[in-house]
Amino acid sequence: MAGFQNSKGKSVLLKMVKGIQENKAYLGEIDGLIGDGDHGMNMNKGFTLFEKRYADKDLGFTEGLYELGSILFTEIGGSMGPIYGTVFMDTASAGENLEEITVKDLADMLAAGLDGLEEIVEARVGDKTLMDTISPAVDSLLESAESGRGFDEALPRMKEAARKGRDSTKDMVAKFGRASRLGERSRGALDAAAVSCCIILENMADGILEMLLP
Amino acid sequence: MQRILNDPDNIVDEMLEGFLKAHTDLVEKTEHSRVVKAKGIKTDKVGVVTGGGSGHKPAFIGYLGENMCDAVAVGEIFSSPTADAFLQAFKAADQGQGVACLYGNYSGDNMNVKMAAKMAAKQGITVKTVVANDDVASAPKEQREKRRGVAGEILMWKAGGARAALGGTLDEVIESAQKAIDHTRSVGIGLSSCTLPAVGHPNFEIKDGTMEVGIGHHGEPGIAVCPLETAAEMAGRMVDVIVPDYPFTAGDEIVALVSGLGATPMMELYVVYNEVEKLLQEKGIKIYKAYVGNYFTSLEMMGVTLSIMKLDDELKELIDMPVNTMGLKQI
Repeated sequence: MAGFQNSKGKSVLLKMVKGIQENKAYLGEIDGLIGDGDHGMNMNKGFTLFEKRYADKDLGFTEGLYELGSILFTEIGGSMGPIYGTVFMDTASAGENLEEITVKDLADMLAAGLDGLEEIVEARVGDKTLMDTISPAVDSLLESAESGRGFDEALPRMKEAARKGRDSTKDMVAKFGRASRLGERSRGALDAAAVSCCIILENMADGILEMLLP
Repeated sequence: MQRILNDPDNIVDEMLEGFLKAHTDLVEKTEHSRVVKAKGIKTDKVGVVTGGGSGHKPAFIGYLGENMCDAVAVGEIFSSPTADAFLQAFKAADQGQGVACLYGNYSGDNMNVKMAAKMAAKQGITVKTVVANDDVASAPKEQREKRRGVAGEILMWKAGGARAALGGTLDEVIESAQKAIDHTRSVGIGLSSCTLPAVGHPNFEIKDGTMEVGIGHHGEPGIAVCPLETAAEMAGRMVDVIVPDYPFTAGDEIVALVSGLGATPMMELYVVYNEVEKLLQEKGIKIYKAYVGNYFTSLEMMGVTLSIMKLDDELKELIDMPVNTMGLKQI
């Protein structure tokens, strides 16, 4: 399986938006267990703003991903705005000149997004944050690229890695964010951003797979 | 939840509308709905900007006015303002001599200010920052850069704002504000939790009959949870945390700032201040100026913070400057 056309990637972004919208209440619920309870609300606000603003405009994958990141960064605020904003903008920037995006390209782009994230946050894998979802997902995609897998094999593997990462946050003790105040008591609940990150990556993968259907 | 609300999701906007209507002599709105500026900013000075999440009244917009802050970026409750709001605040405050952004050390604010400063640079506005880290309980002394900013920020704005009003250059304003926060130490004690209106249940828990020493302005964990004590014992704990950290010693002249966290009656703040004064006097530390009131709150949290700043001639001059804001008036 070859790559997908960057210019046709708007459907992938809309799939990601839908994923967040459908999970707004769920994300709020999980966040409410050990955090502020506003994660679903904030994410939904940013993603929906993007959807409305670009409803009638043609957008490529990287172009749109950059705009989505920029909206989150400049208009959502808090910590999630800059965090997801950086991931999306850096991921998009790394692929902005590509006409066709291959597994290797997507892996390198997401790795650039992860690099950008590591520059602005101290959290690493094991700290019960979205890092636990995105990091193994990127590793999986990089490994698939090296092994020469196509999207049809690489993306299901990436989704599996993201889900495992998300679930791993359940048994962790939070070291960052509002949940860190609970210490040991944060164990047993998923990290809300690790969950939203998984929703985003899974929908990105599904969107790409749908686009590549014959 | 016993609170005075319309739609909890609109509380920040409705609060801003009310604030702008009530203080027409001090503040005015800008093109950005989450940026408020001081009225009649002098045109020949460095701009002074701050910002942060809502729920800390009078901070942050309550310190807009002559000789203090020029523009403020306003966030959702306990959540950093956007990078765009900070950028627009920089633009509202800039008079061509640059902008000093004086804010507290929180990850969201750090990220958004950094991004906004980058965007401002592209538009020809120089922004320099001072990041307040006066909260002694939030990290050990060796990791001072990790400490959060709390009520000591008021003294930083006072010093930086006064320096800007005196015609200081951007570097001089930054230097004075940095000096103020470097010479300031704070600590808080929490007696009850607080509730974000849109969430509806307490943000964390402090059990009846207990108190948390070193609690942060959003309920960040403190250094000790212990049974509720007398005002004298609480004052002792706070003095014991901050005095050796700086350290403040006999002969020092200081500013003491006692702030309620939102739900503490003013009379109790004076009871605490009385005890603090006795303890400092015993140590030979002289209180040059005292502020007692609800200066930096956390919604309806019950509790108190103590901030102490060591003075020199420069800081005395800056602290003595008159100021006219909603949160602080000084003739």
